[in-house]
Amino acid sequence: MLRLPIYLDYSATTPVDPRVAEKMIPYLVEKFGNPASRSHAFGWETEAAVEEAREEVAKLVHADPKEIVWTSGATESNNLALKGAANFYSGKGKHIITLKTEHKAVLDTCRELERQGFEVTYLDVLENGLLDLEVFKAALRSDTILVSVMFVNNEIGVIQPIAEIGEICREKGIIFHVDAAQATGKVEIDLGALKVDLMSFSAHKTYGPKGIGALYIRRKPRVRLEAQMHGGGHERGFRSGTLATHQIVGMGEAFRLAREEMAVENKRIGALRDRLLKGLSDIDQVFINGDMTHRVPHNLNISFAYIEGESMLMAIKDLAVSSGSACTSASLEPSYVLRALGREDELAHSSIRFTLGRFNTEEEIDYAIKLLHKKIGSLRELSPLWEMVQDGVDLSTVQWAAH
Amino acid sequence: MFAPVYFDHNATTALKPVVLEAMLPWFSQQFGNASSRHEHGRAARRAIDEARNKVAVALGAHPTEIVFTSGGSEANNLFIKGAAACLKPGLLAVSAIEHPCVIKPAEQLVRRGWRLHKLAVDADGRVDASEYQSVLQQSPKLISVMLANNETGVIQDVAALAAEARRVGACFHTDAVQAVGKIAVDFRALNAAGVQAMSVSAHKIGGPKGVAALVLDKRVELEPLIAGGGHERGLRSGTENVAAIVGFGVACELAVQGLDGKRSRLLAQRARLEQGLSAMGATLFGVVAERLPNTLYFALADIDGETLVGMLDRAGYAVASGAACSSANPEPSHVLRAMGVAPELARGAVRVSLGDGNTAEQIEDFLLTLQDTVSKLRRLTAIAI
Repeated sequence: MLRLPIYLDYSATTPVDPRVAEKMIPYLVEKFGNPASRSHAFGWETEAAVEEAREEVAKLVHADPKEIVWTSGATESNNLALKGAANFYSGKGKHIITLKTEHKAVLDTCRELERQGFEVTYLDVLENGLLDLEVFKAALRSDTILVSVMFVNNEIGVIQPIAEIGEICREKGIIFHVDAAQATGKVEIDLGALKVDLMSFSAHKTYGPKGIGALYIRRKPRVRLEAQMHGGGHERGFRSGTLATHQIVGMGEAFRLAREEMAVENKRIGALRDRLLKGLSDIDQVFINGDMTHRVPHNLNISFAYIEGESMLMAIKDLAVSSGSACTSASLEPSYVLRALGREDELAHSSIRFTLGRFNTEEEIDYAIKLLHKKIGSLRELSPLWEMVQDGVDLSTVQWAAH
Repeated sequence: MFAPVYFDHNATTALKPVVLEAMLPWFSQQFGNASSRHEHGRAARRAIDEARNKVAVALGAHPTEIVFTSGGSEANNLFIKGAAACLKPGLLAVSAIEHPCVIKPAEQLVRRGWRLHKLAVDADGRVDASEYQSVLQQSPKLISVMLANNETGVIQDVAALAAEARRVGACFHTDAVQAVGKIAVDFRALNAAGVQAMSVSAHKIGGPKGVAALVLDKRVELEPLIAGGGHERGLRSGTENVAAIVGFGVACELAVQGLDGKRSRLLAQRARLEQGLSAMGATLFGVVAERLPNTLYFALADIDGETLVGMLDRAGYAVASGAACSSANPEPSHVLRAMGVAPELARGAVRVSLGDGNTAEQIEDFLLTLQDTVSKLRRLTAIAI
């Protein structure tokens, strides 16, 4: 039985895996102690669970558990990493480099740092969404203190050359932060090999609960940060606040499952994604956004020319997809990520992000393909532009009259 | 194996079964991101709106005054740093007995050019009235005084303090994390008196850890602590923790029900404890002041608090030797220090905080165990000397 709407928005958030939920529930009910309570068994029990989860998170990315600090999510991790490092190292310089296609959590934080007197370079990306290393090298300055580049883009799923950027940063002694919210469970992350200093993680993009994330803070060579949340001195002073045990346990279990299952799972999801792509490829005037090689297997971002994105979303209500990232989908602005790839507004407007995940089936993908075929046909029949194109008019030569 | 008795409700509380039930569907079945525009997302948004209403109604606030955060510490940090960021540096006053998540961010502001004054308290743990007056004369811009103290349970007359603060144009915040669910807390009334912001937390009232709120008069300007996406009217970015927010809503609803009955039950249990402790020669802290009905803070001369709670734990009673957050810290309580308690006595401090599920029988058994434990410790001390 097909359950509608079909969820194809796994980059916005994922369901908590039932195995994860099962592990969490005891920490909501009988094991409710405050992990900071040192005076009784209720506290020790939850403290032990927190440390076990920390090990699981560390294991997935080949880090030391002591390098993992809990936060309320990747947004907080990004804020802590960028503001914390910028403020701590501000004596060395005031220049920060990031990409135009970063998540809002990085971009908005950079804007705030600009108001505080830092100078931020927002680099363009290539047409395929990837960073050109030569462009990156050219942007480096003697006063560059911090670089922030996302591992996997949330809209187009492209994987940035993190290893190469890391080498360059380390050589120059620049702190390198990576937002890996969309990467865990999808790409191998080896912090033993990658020269990354700070890395942000989220649980709810990897089948864990919302409200919990982590920041990796390298110990060798040691990276220092100014804390952004002060209080009882939890998390070795990096982040104060009572630890949400059940959420932490959930993140640990979700990351453990990712480590054990990602190899098999990514193959299966990649096959589903390819099936979707193949099913849509006979539709005219369809454009894939972002590089298809350096890309996570679960993402497909497509522009359907001559279709207005909003009416498209309305027409395919049976599919839970998004036209940009969830965080910006409340606005009607075309995706700033697609615009950074050089897509015109029309194509950016008519783009759909399909992100597949653990619980999708072939049957669901086939349903989606059939529905898209049907709806795109009927939407284009309504489009005067499409009619002109069919009549052989080159739209770029048309002089539009203003009304 | 016997189940230990939990007497540490000011540190955290067990989730109420009804709260768990309300939360469960939001993990694996209804899992949408509230910012998504499809049905999964809209369902999550509706659930958050409903929870926001519940929190608002329970606290006497308007739903648009509720800013969800990841915890009480974040709510306090958000107000202190966020309000300060919108003002030219000046004088900031917080009581000397605030939770570290108010004191520490306040201390951070000193590096940004603010002057910090820690308001003294009297021997009973209440903000010293005459000193408060003299601080007001120096035109503070921000003031934060907690509604009820986590260690002593002492309640401040926040409405009166805020009313005076308003006369000098100071913005007044109160940390009500320990007060909600134990005494009536009405933001509308407090706001009318001059309180412009209030922090509350879910896990102290039978809700989940990982969610809290800053209740904020919308006329107050705040810089967000966490940027990126503009959630919570731009005051707190980050994907909403739907399950926890739903749980918080239900927990708030339940916490304010039947407060009178709960109060008399807790007062009777605490009175019995106090009677027993006085008979053992204990010093009871803050008893002259108005206190939360569930909190009892005491010390026995020549008995180390850490040692005592350790032995009580082994005997099956979970109590605290100080605030949970700083339990790792061997320093005597800053609250007791501010009240002028001698360090030797403060080192003996033990907090019992009662809550749902505690019974008169548990109190009687606890007193017997305590008597027994104290006798043992005194014998050991005598031998050592």
